[in-house]
Amino acid sequence: MESYDVIIIGGGITGAGTARDCSMRGLKTLLLERFDFSVGATGRNHGLLHSGARYAVANTEGAAECMKENLILKRIARHCIEDHGGLFLSLPEDDLSYQKLFVESCRKAGIAVEVIDPKEALKLEGAANPNIIGAVKVPDASIDPFRLTTANVIDARRHGADYKTYTQVTELILSGVRVVGVKTINTKTGEKREYYGKTIVNAAGIWSHNIARLAEIEIKMCPSKGTLLIFGHRINNVVLNRCRKASDADILVPNDTISILGTTSQHVSFDEIDNLRVNVEEVDLLLKEGAKLSPRVATTRIIRTYSGVRPLVANEIGSSGRDISRGYVCIDHKQRDGIEGFITITGGKLMTYRLMAESVTNMVCRKLGNYMPCQTAIKPLPGSENNVEEIDGLLTFRERAVKGRHGSMSNAIKKGDKFDNALVCECEQVSTAEIKYAIESLEATNLFDLRRRTRMGMGPCQGQLCSGRSAGLLSEYCDIQKDPLGNLGSFLNERWQGVFPIGWGDTLSKVELTTWLYNGVCGLDSYVHKENIPVDKRIL
Amino acid sequence: MINYFKYSEDNFEQCMKCSVCTAYCPVTTVNQDFPGPKQAGPDGERYRLKDIKYFDETLKYCINCKRCEVACPSNVKIADIIQVVRLKHAPKNVSLRDQLLANTDKVGKLSTKASSLVNGLLRARWFKSALDLTLHIDSRRMMPLYGSHDFERVYKENYEKSQSKFTTKVYYFHGCYVNFNYPQLGEDLIKILNASGIGVFLLKDEKCCGLPMIMNGLTKKALEHARNNINIIKKVVDENYDVLTTSPSCTMTIRNEYANILNLDTEDIRENVIMATRYLYNLVDEGKIKLVFRKDFKKRIVYHTSCHMEKLGWPIFSYKLLSMIPGSKVTMLDSTCCGMAGTFGYKKENYEFAQEIGTLLFDRIKKSDPDVVACDCESCKRQIEMSTSYTVQNPISIIAEALDYETTREANKNN
Repeated sequence: MESYDVIIIGGGITGAGTARDCSMRGLKTLLLERFDFSVGATGRNHGLLHSGARYAVANTEGAAECMKENLILKRIARHCIEDHGGLFLSLPEDDLSYQKLFVESCRKAGIAVEVIDPKEALKLEGAANPNIIGAVKVPDASIDPFRLTTANVIDARRHGADYKTYTQVTELILSGVRVVGVKTINTKTGEKREYYGKTIVNAAGIWSHNIARLAEIEIKMCPSKGTLLIFGHRINNVVLNRCRKASDADILVPNDTISILGTTSQHVSFDEIDNLRVNVEEVDLLLKEGAKLSPRVATTRIIRTYSGVRPLVANEIGSSGRDISRGYVCIDHKQRDGIEGFITITGGKLMTYRLMAESVTNMVCRKLGNYMPCQTAIKPLPGSENNVEEIDGLLTFRERAVKGRHGSMSNAIKKGDKFDNALVCECEQVSTAEIKYAIESLEATNLFDLRRRTRMGMGPCQGQLCSGRSAGLLSEYCDIQKDPLGNLGSFLNERWQGVFPIGWGDTLSKVELTTWLYNGVCGLDSYVHKENIPVDKRIL
Repeated sequence: MINYFKYSEDNFEQCMKCSVCTAYCPVTTVNQDFPGPKQAGPDGERYRLKDIKYFDETLKYCINCKRCEVACPSNVKIADIIQVVRLKHAPKNVSLRDQLLANTDKVGKLSTKASSLVNGLLRARWFKSALDLTLHIDSRRMMPLYGSHDFERVYKENYEKSQSKFTTKVYYFHGCYVNFNYPQLGEDLIKILNASGIGVFLLKDEKCCGLPMIMNGLTKKALEHARNNINIIKKVVDENYDVLTTSPSCTMTIRNEYANILNLDTEDIRENVIMATRYLYNLVDEGKIKLVFRKDFKKRIVYHTSCHMEKLGWPIFSYKLLSMIPGSKVTMLDSTCCGMAGTFGYKKENYEFAQEIGTLLFDRIKKSDPDVVACDCESCKRQIEMSTSYTVQNPISIIAEALDYETTREANKNN
């Protein structure tokens, strides 16, 4: 029987951040994740490092919180962040009086904004709609949530935390009115286990609702689906926002090699959250509204679409979507429901994950009599320890890309012979050595994990060449991967799911080439289970 | 509002990642440092859009042969993408050697003035070693030799007066090679056209097409030349005249590079700038002129397709024209790069690459053992003649040699 000070359920950014904070304060920590890190809302958002400006009008306090965390993250997670600044644009159809209110609210929240001439804004970002009538500069940036989560997990591990991926909590073990442990099942092997802990933290995002139900506790959550589009390359190099009351498709974020446009907001039921689908209406809406932000939206190749569920906490019946506060809640179920040893942390957003982790860890520590101070805002994450070095001109193109992804951790990636330097993913410049590093040091056990660790398969070809190569490396270097062909098939099918709603033009031709390669040439379809899988989820 | 099939200006995003460009790249096979057209072009472009610090020095290995573009099924202008970004980030100080190599017209003008001295030097081993040591122009290269009179002068002295008697009239963009190194080719063209009843005129103030400047990072100079050439060509095109050429690289530069790399408007002139072999073939094919050949001319010819001829898509015209000679047996070689790539092969650091790229072609020529190799490109001519024991002639020169002028003139009397 394994016993911990704290067991954290959920491997999203909140869970990973909490595991880091707990372990840094000396708690014996276990992090459990049903699938892989950052599969939920963590990996399914804009990747926008908000300045808080977007929330300033509706929620000054939340905006101020955002701004504070924005500055902290720019310090501790440099290698995950690209600080390109942002603009709030007013179009002819928008009300300029809103801009006034917006600027006042931002200043009230302590956000450094600057009203600039539309002409100057166009000089700053050539992709912006040339018809804008107003522009405000804000300290927005972009952040890679996959890297951020991985860095938090790595740091937790360095401080002695344990973690289990592909481990689903099926039951909470109760002793009287106290939760003392969890029963789990390995979602890959079916192996069942029990873990015991003094405190159990429920950080499962939207799924917190389901976890709480295991203790017969009701948390009112309001699943709100948001859909986004990924463009094949950078359309813009400055974050573009619409200066109006938060609405559909009013943020365009340059993130790594791509630009992301979003979002929509739609209430969904709990039955749907594990099985989200992007529909044509959402895509049309995004393109129609997005093209107002930047005309390039209408002509640039879209490589993918995806949607995530915001884990919004309902505070009153009847409110939904954008009207609900994006604030987080940290619930001590002893006070609320009389269940001891059980805390739920949910709501909130990527931006405030560190603050959420800090407050839930404070609560855990109080319960356990630990008085160590929180240090997560001071100590940089692994990868960001050193000052961002100027990219060395002597490095090869690929090495520069790797450095951009892993920061100072890239030193752990072997440089060496031709085989190590050979590219696996050509769109995103991922080498054999980086794939091996992800398998050996970042717990990647299949192609899906590998994608989240390295960006392999995220480029315009959506796994056309790299998925086959990676599958080969996985079967060679990863002992856990027992079915590389099946995994390859489901990976390609999963890539197709994101392409289906925008499957036209060049993108569709590209998919066709992929199927020719894998079905026509390699005969992969005979290895893939395809009964009862609808066409929008199956390409093989 | 949304047009699903409208292409954006970013032509690179039409890339399907099939990698056929890299398979056809002559450089990738010999130089492991060059990432290949797909990486250097569309893939690299995504990173460069993100941050220009991802500009890759190894792009300098691209020889701009355009074979990637010919191979691409999605019509991505891969080599153009690479040249544009290279020019954008070219070092401000271009080395003396590169300036010498790039300024083909200036160097040519000076050299023809003292051709016997220059030719003597360029043949002398000690001088070549000195060039090698000081400027890194490889001493193993056979250097181009210069004519004693430039073509423009030869034309003025021997041909200009007699041209106005023809009713049909064309202009000739001769290029630096004909002007300074091999005026004979220009004369051959004039003789053929005159015999067919067509008068040949030169453009006023023709300048080097600018390709060597583009390839050596002299953007300003290239632009200056391009604007000049567009202007002078436009003047004659406006009067409905065609402009003939004998160099595929000059032709490609005027037709494609001015617009795609230097971003100039060439729409008015593009279609009127054509290779002389295409022009001649079409006239014969349409029955507008007749070419009659000598009965005693007998030669086994292999035709080598130069890279830029391949890009133009016109090797068939040269091939068909040569095949019209009754005594000729013309074989078309499988198309491959000779490795010279204009100024690239002269540079010491590229010598081995150039020779290795060419090996395939040299072997093919040796195996077919022809009487003469026909090739439109002057740069290929130098490379093949230096690397094999075979003579290379421009198809126009071969036609000129095989033509029965008397009968041809007679046959076209009524034109």
